[in-house]
Amino acid sequence: MIEFDDVTKRYPDGTVAVGGLSLTIPTGGITVLVGPSGCGKTTSLRMINRMIDPTSGTIRIDGEDVLKQDPALLRRSIGYVIQHAGLFPHRTVVDNVATVPVLNGVPRKQARARAYELLERVGLTAGMADRYPVQLSGGQQQRVGVARALAADPPVMLMDEPFSAVDPVVREGLQQEFLRLQGELGKTIVMVTHDIDEAIKLGDHVAVFAEGGRLAQLSTPEELLSKPADDFVAGFVGRDRGYRGLSFAGSADLAVEPVTTEVEGLRLSLDDAGRPLGWTGSGALLPTEGSFHLGDSLRVVTDLTLLSPAGAAVRVDAEGRADGIVRQGALAAYVRERQLGRLGSTGS
Amino acid sequence: MNADTFDFLFDGANWAWSSYDSFPHRILEHLQYSAIALVIAFVIAFPIGLLIGHTNRGSFVAINIGNAGRALPTLGVLMLVLVLVGTGLVPVTVALVILAVPPILTTTYAGIRSVSGATVDAARGIGMRERQIVTSVELPIALPIIFGGVRNAALQVISTATIAAYVGLGGLGRYLFDGLALSDYPRVVAGSVLVAVLAVAVDLLIGLVQRLVVSPGVDGRASKGRRRRSTPSGAAATAVHSLEEVSQAPR
Repeated sequence: MIEFDDVTKRYPDGTVAVGGLSLTIPTGGITVLVGPSGCGKTTSLRMINRMIDPTSGTIRIDGEDVLKQDPALLRRSIGYVIQHAGLFPHRTVVDNVATVPVLNGVPRKQARARAYELLERVGLTAGMADRYPVQLSGGQQQRVGVARALAADPPVMLMDEPFSAVDPVVREGLQQEFLRLQGELGKTIVMVTHDIDEAIKLGDHVAVFAEGGRLAQLSTPEELLSKPADDFVAGFVGRDRGYRGLSFAGSADLAVEPVTTEVEGLRLSLDDAGRPLGWTGSGALLPTEGSFHLGDSLRVVTDLTLLSPAGAAVRVDAEGRADGIVRQGALAAYVRERQLGRLGSTGS
Repeated sequence: MNADTFDFLFDGANWAWSSYDSFPHRILEHLQYSAIALVIAFVIAFPIGLLIGHTNRGSFVAINIGNAGRALPTLGVLMLVLVLVGTGLVPVTVALVILAVPPILTTTYAGIRSVSGATVDAARGIGMRERQIVTSVELPIALPIIFGGVRNAALQVISTATIAAYVGLGGLGRYLFDGLALSDYPRVVAGSVLVAVLAVAVDLLIGLVQRLVVSPGVDGRASKGRRRRSTPSGAAATAVHSLEEVSQAPR
């Protein structure tokens, strides 16, 4: 657990980067600090490992005041990942990853062995271990950056805009792998981003910062979308909040109709194995535009009903066989019911 | 190069170790003056360059003092120190040190400053102490640039060390000053050629050390397709430079 207790950072010129911040970051989850530029999110992150010291207030990690610890030793116990990876260009990939264990006095050979393991863990091949950073792509460099941060197995990781320097396609892949990795490791991660979509996608908790380092809201991503604390948060979260909120709603309880149901003159046609081929009516075969699985979010289902020529999404089982369809009307009714349930629970 | 110069250069007697006034002795003297000046200049300029590069404080003052040193005429400095402390190796060394400090100081500073902010931030953020950041991150990355400065300084010092002969010492400058005094121009040209060859040889030697010491990750050897450009920086200009130094000398 990381606690900010009335933390203020004021620069000599009078600028207040962070003003009276109190915030508790739970252990074992991803907490994303998000906000417009100049809101103090990066300053707050960097105060955790004493890259910046606060003007007043205390920051504790598991009850221990960071200001009472040696900065270098404190930083070695906390993983640190930054935007452009910041790899050491004069060291090979494997030596970059082995840096912190070597600083901690682990024999070089042992540190390297561990580094090879970590490289595989972040999705790099052993063949890349002896290359220099200049020989890697931006996405690969960022993976090495993450491996380096993990090398000493720190319980806490700080990540400052780790995915914003790579192109959207690579970013998407890195985010997915990051979530997979976190699923395996269960670290306490504090991440800074200016991208609210990234915050909502990756965060277990999202802290929205306003100018002057004021914490506007700390909540789950779902709550952020459905119940923004004020106009600032609502504005920052942006448009389509309702639709985006469906990402957090599962489709497990959504009732499906049999695959043989006729929808406005169209019928789902299947191949011999029972996989959907398309919709057939009087004319040619129309595409299904995809299908969803039992665990997918309502956002996926909604999107499919909007794209489907029949206005109905097709659900498939693990083998890809169609096992039901959901029409727009049924989906709308389900979403409304869910909304009423939520409103009822807060109203009481 | 005319035939007389050629004859002088390849006269076996001039290469005899037994004769005190032979090429091997003069080359060793020349290297000795140059090495002393370079070592002292390095000991002065390198730590200051590291410090102001790492802290980015005091750079304005240090770099300007260094560059002011570059503007001082070497012969003028030589004469001034000669008047102050008398003849010997000291005036020559002082003049050469003043010549060698600016390139080493500015390239050390510039090399350290050229290290990406993200790299230094990462080094600090993963728990390196300031000294470790300097020695194991900033310095190795800055090495190609610092080597450039040292090679530049070495070329200038070796070509200018001819002035030692002007105040009665040895070195390859003997051939230049004696040749001018005797109107023995083949001797002058031969001396200049030897200075130039020596400068190029030392430059290549330092270049070899550079190749062994600098990581392939920072000098371009690791990046595909791009080869490191070899830079025996202006070695050809050295002979001309030493002649210029001599021609400045009042007869």
